[in-house]
Amino acid sequence: MGTFTKSATLAVPGLLAASGPLMAQSIDQQVNELFASSTGWFVNFIFSPFPGTSFPWIVAWLVIAATIFTLYFGLIQFRAFPHSIALVKGDYSDPNDAGEVSHFQALATALSGTVGLGNIAGVAVAVSIGGPGATFWMILAGLMGMASKFTECTLGVKYRNEYDDGTVSGGPMYYMTKGFAARGLPGGKFLAVMFAIFCILGAFGGGNMFQANQAHAQLTNVLGDYPGWITGIIFATIVFAVIVGGLKSIARVTEKVVPFMGVLYVLTALVILAMNADKIGWAFGQIFDGAFTGLGVAGGMVGALIQGFKRAAFSNEAGVGSAAIAHSAVRTKEPITEGFVSLLEPFIDTVVICTMTALVIIITGQLIADPETGLYLLNESGSAIQTVDGNSGVALTSAAFSSAFGWFRYVLAVAVILFAFSTMISWSYYGLKAWTFLFGEGKTTELIFKLIFCFFVVVGAAASLGPVIDFSDAAIFAMAVVNIVALYFLMPIVKAELNSYLARLKSGEIQKFQ
Amino acid sequence: MASKIVVGYDGSTSARSALDFALNVARAQGGSIVVAHVLEWSPYSFLSAEELAERHKRRSEELERAEQALIKPLLKDMETSGVDVTAEVKYGNIAEVLVKIAKSENADLIVIGRTGHSALSSRLFGSVAGTLAQAAPVPVTIVP
Repeated sequence: MGTFTKSATLAVPGLLAASGPLMAQSIDQQVNELFASSTGWFVNFIFSPFPGTSFPWIVAWLVIAATIFTLYFGLIQFRAFPHSIALVKGDYSDPNDAGEVSHFQALATALSGTVGLGNIAGVAVAVSIGGPGATFWMILAGLMGMASKFTECTLGVKYRNEYDDGTVSGGPMYYMTKGFAARGLPGGKFLAVMFAIFCILGAFGGGNMFQANQAHAQLTNVLGDYPGWITGIIFATIVFAVIVGGLKSIARVTEKVVPFMGVLYVLTALVILAMNADKIGWAFGQIFDGAFTGLGVAGGMVGALIQGFKRAAFSNEAGVGSAAIAHSAVRTKEPITEGFVSLLEPFIDTVVICTMTALVIIITGQLIADPETGLYLLNESGSAIQTVDGNSGVALTSAAFSSAFGWFRYVLAVAVILFAFSTMISWSYYGLKAWTFLFGEGKTTELIFKLIFCFFVVVGAAASLGPVIDFSDAAIFAMAVVNIVALYFLMPIVKAELNSYLARLKSGEIQKFQ
Repeated sequence: MASKIVVGYDGSTSARSALDFALNVARAQGGSIVVAHVLEWSPYSFLSAEELAERHKRRSEELERAEQALIKPLLKDMETSGVDVTAEVKYGNIAEVLVKIAKSENADLIVIGRTGHSALSSRLFGSVAGTLAQAAPVPVTIVP
């Protein structure tokens, strides 16, 4: 202990003497270059377009899957919507099961993992690159994604592992192995291993680095510019305290404040929309026109569609498989009920919250259009629409909200940091489940994962947005590739569950309590 | 008249006073007592993913602990009291569960101990006694 203190006091002045800002910048740059060069090939593969087009195959993959699930289950997201709400309210929960995980709790926890920067920063990226039209495709993707979520969460509960001590482990890894075995299909184990690998990468990417990166962007936006690795180390320390040190109090406070922040965010957006009520019609006009013409945005209609679908998938994670891990802990005799509940998740996340963000950005005039032609002006590199003050990502959303309420930039800063933090905690758990699936349960293996996780917090905060967002997207979509393959093979099981449940609901065998 | 009394019990001194009061009433009237231990719980609270996964285990542990540390010693203690005492351990909102038990047991009286919270904290968070006063289907006695 004595030597540690001594060397620390010696090292700190040494570090400061080496002219802080210059050295800090070079650390950030080195991290950035190393990161971009080592992940580039993976990103290029996931986002490679169909030959001769600019349409990435991964976007088609998600759209087709969501469409197939929507049709196969007969528009389940609309048919089951009222029943989903009754389930969340607890109308069908046995009062004698009080004290067990309720449908509401499983939904709230899964939501706190998905509601986050995707809803604030991701949407800003989508509309600044794809134009207002991206919003249309985002909402459509959200509505169809409800069916994907329904499928994966039903399977997550049906094939979870329940251990003798009463704890549960669930998620795609388990339905791939057990579900495939139940149907007598080969390859379940292979898919499960692939999924687990991508889930770990996703946990480091979208569930971690992207969050750290945008939390830092938000902090510099409020506090002024300073090196990213500092934010990284502070965040990593807090995350470390929670996931390694078991400091439940921080996690608990976050779990309580996050829903409050979510509600405050939506309410503020609604107030801003009410203040600009005369422009709402115009904004929807922009969204519909942009969806089919692109309004002169780089990439046109296809660009809007790609951005909309990408950001929706990244935000609500439908088809990705992550939510199946969180939802699988619910106590229910009917796995399908959790499927019903989970389909509310993309609705709340994308159709409600993301749409609010997009509308506020559009209505407050953050995107600069040519007054004569009405087409949007592109920035110098031609990669995105010109915005007021050149903002992008979370800064764009912040500017949009604070153009109406100056103080909201501080609220948003706190919200972003809390959302980022709760998403990191959720994803550290998803990643850990995948990690233990691969390497077995055990204190040491778990600790190794958690340490690597904290390390990536620092990398994410120090790297610049471009490479981080590319890698985050790529890792999360790689999960979706594997997960959706499994869902295709297992969807008849979900259909059988659905038909049986609906028949019993109709016959009155399943009834409300009270 | 054989009366049935529900006693809200959490192991505190005031809860014990409430139980003693109920014992006297029950002896005088030849009644019986249901001791209700309620573990505060809301299905609308927020838990982390890890807590969700461990919830079933924790619930079993909590019930086991309540049974072993609170209810078993108490019932043993009550064997010599000359009154028929049974116990229930439930999850939920304390006042709501007491009301529910009073209804299902057809009880004639609910007895609880005073918690000694300040007026401010009761106003902010609500008190069991206050809620019972509004919602109870039978008379409520609060014992200091």
